Amino acid sequence: MKIPITAIRLPTRPGREYESRFDREQSLLKMLAIPITSVILASMVTTLPIFTAEPLLPPFGLLMMLGWRLMRPGLLPVWSGIPFGLMDDLFSGQPFGSAGLLWSLAMLALEIIDSRAIWRDYFQDWLIAALLITAVLLGGLWIAGLAHAAPEPSLLMPQIILSILLYPLVVRICARLDSWRLAT
Amino acid sequence: MAPPPHRRPGFSRKAQYSLFVTYVAATAGTIVAALLLSISVVDPTGFAALRTFGAEITAPIARIFSALRVSTQAITHDASAYIDAASKNVTLEKEARANRSKLIEARALRVENARLRGLLKLTDEGEQQIAVGRLISSTASSTRRVATLSVGRNYGVERAQPVRGPAGLIGRVIEVGPTTARILLVTDAENLVPVMRVSDGLPAFSAGLGNGTVLIKPLNLGESPFRVGDVIVTSGNGGLYRPNTPFARVIRKTSDGALAIPFADPGNTPYAIVMQQYQGAARAAQQAAAPDGKTKEIKE
Repeated sequence: MKIPITAIRLPTRPGREYESRFDREQSLLKMLAIPITSVILASMVTTLPIFTAEPLLPPFGLLMMLGWRLMRPGLLPVWSGIPFGLMDDLFSGQPFGSAGLLWSLAMLALEIIDSRAIWRDYFQDWLIAALLITAVLLGGLWIAGLAHAAPEPSLLMPQIILSILLYPLVVRICARLDSWRLAT
Repeated sequence: MAPPPHRRPGFSRKAQYSLFVTYVAATAGTIVAALLLSISVVDPTGFAALRTFGAEITAPIARIFSALRVSTQAITHDASAYIDAASKNVTLEKEARANRSKLIEARALRVENARLRGLLKLTDEGEQQIAVGRLISSTASSTRRVATLSVGRNYGVERAQPVRGPAGLIGRVIEVGPTTARILLVTDAENLVPVMRVSDGLPAFSAGLGNGTVLIKPLNLGESPFRVGDVIVTSGNGGLYRPNTPFARVIRKTSDGALAIPFADPGNTPYAIVMQQYQGAARAAQQAAAPDGKTKEIKE
């Protein structure tokens, strides 16, 4: 008997083809590794050959961490700002410990906000993120000014605005990663 | 999304304690980070090894992207060169004719200069290149203007060596790793460069503003003597930067100096040359004999 060519289906995922579609386990590795890796990779964006005359590149690591934290409260522990921040310090050029301190303070602030304002909508989250981004960037400038000569704070305005406007995009990336993370 | 109710773990002692431990860890970690920060504020080069490690592990990726960027820039440059090729050729030929006579004059001046220097018994260390590399990344998200160079200790690069590009001075080396080096750009607020106006040798200092421009401050007090379009070169004072390296062009006069844009744009520099210190031995001797007798090396 001849098999019509339309009837031939290439098995796309041979391993999964005959498995039960019910009661699949989520991969624990994926669930843990995706948020951590995404934040660290976002911190490492500065290693790309991007040269700007003024600080313009948004702190993508911070945006990613805030995105995960605000989208999925309880996923990142309270202390996670410290390792993420110290990792970011390796690549950002700030004095070592600057992001470690500021990101950790941001996470603690979010913990306090979470206990006050429990039900929030998206725009409130955006506002909170905007305030925290501004505070962290200005704090970073202040800390850089402690160690070295530092420029005027008004220099940071373009970067702050760009970072705030990019936050929704980063949250969407987090959401995509989250659905991949939790996919069975 | 509302937070999960993990902050009220009920009557389970274990859950209560583990929640408490996360808060303790967060607080303790914040204090540790603050301590690390205070160490790095007191001693800015203290964590150089860690940063160098970070630069080293990401250098291969940065090199690939840098190579990609350079080749795409070359392609677009080549393509745009074909547009208006004929008229461009005519203007370039005209320029070349005009430059030829100037070049001959400059050669004659150089010979005369060498003769006069010989009379004065001024010795000049030759123009010594140490290594040629490419800028592969920069701290584009921080207020510090630091770039990473693709060569390091493997090519003999050391701290406090000036770095220039084909267009002008880029900065100086502040940290060196096995195959990468970090360069403090001249636009960083920390970087002070002794400069002079090329037309009359008016001595000045340049300090970065962190936004791509530098502030030129003359040593003499009084009204700013600069005019828009003045060309600034390094003066060689201090013994670090070689004199007459092209530096910046004045774009605006201020009350006590001038704003200038450096000639070398780190984003558009095909290569960067690490140079020998201009008067390295004299500089070392001067720093060893600091006025207070204690200062060994100035903070770079």
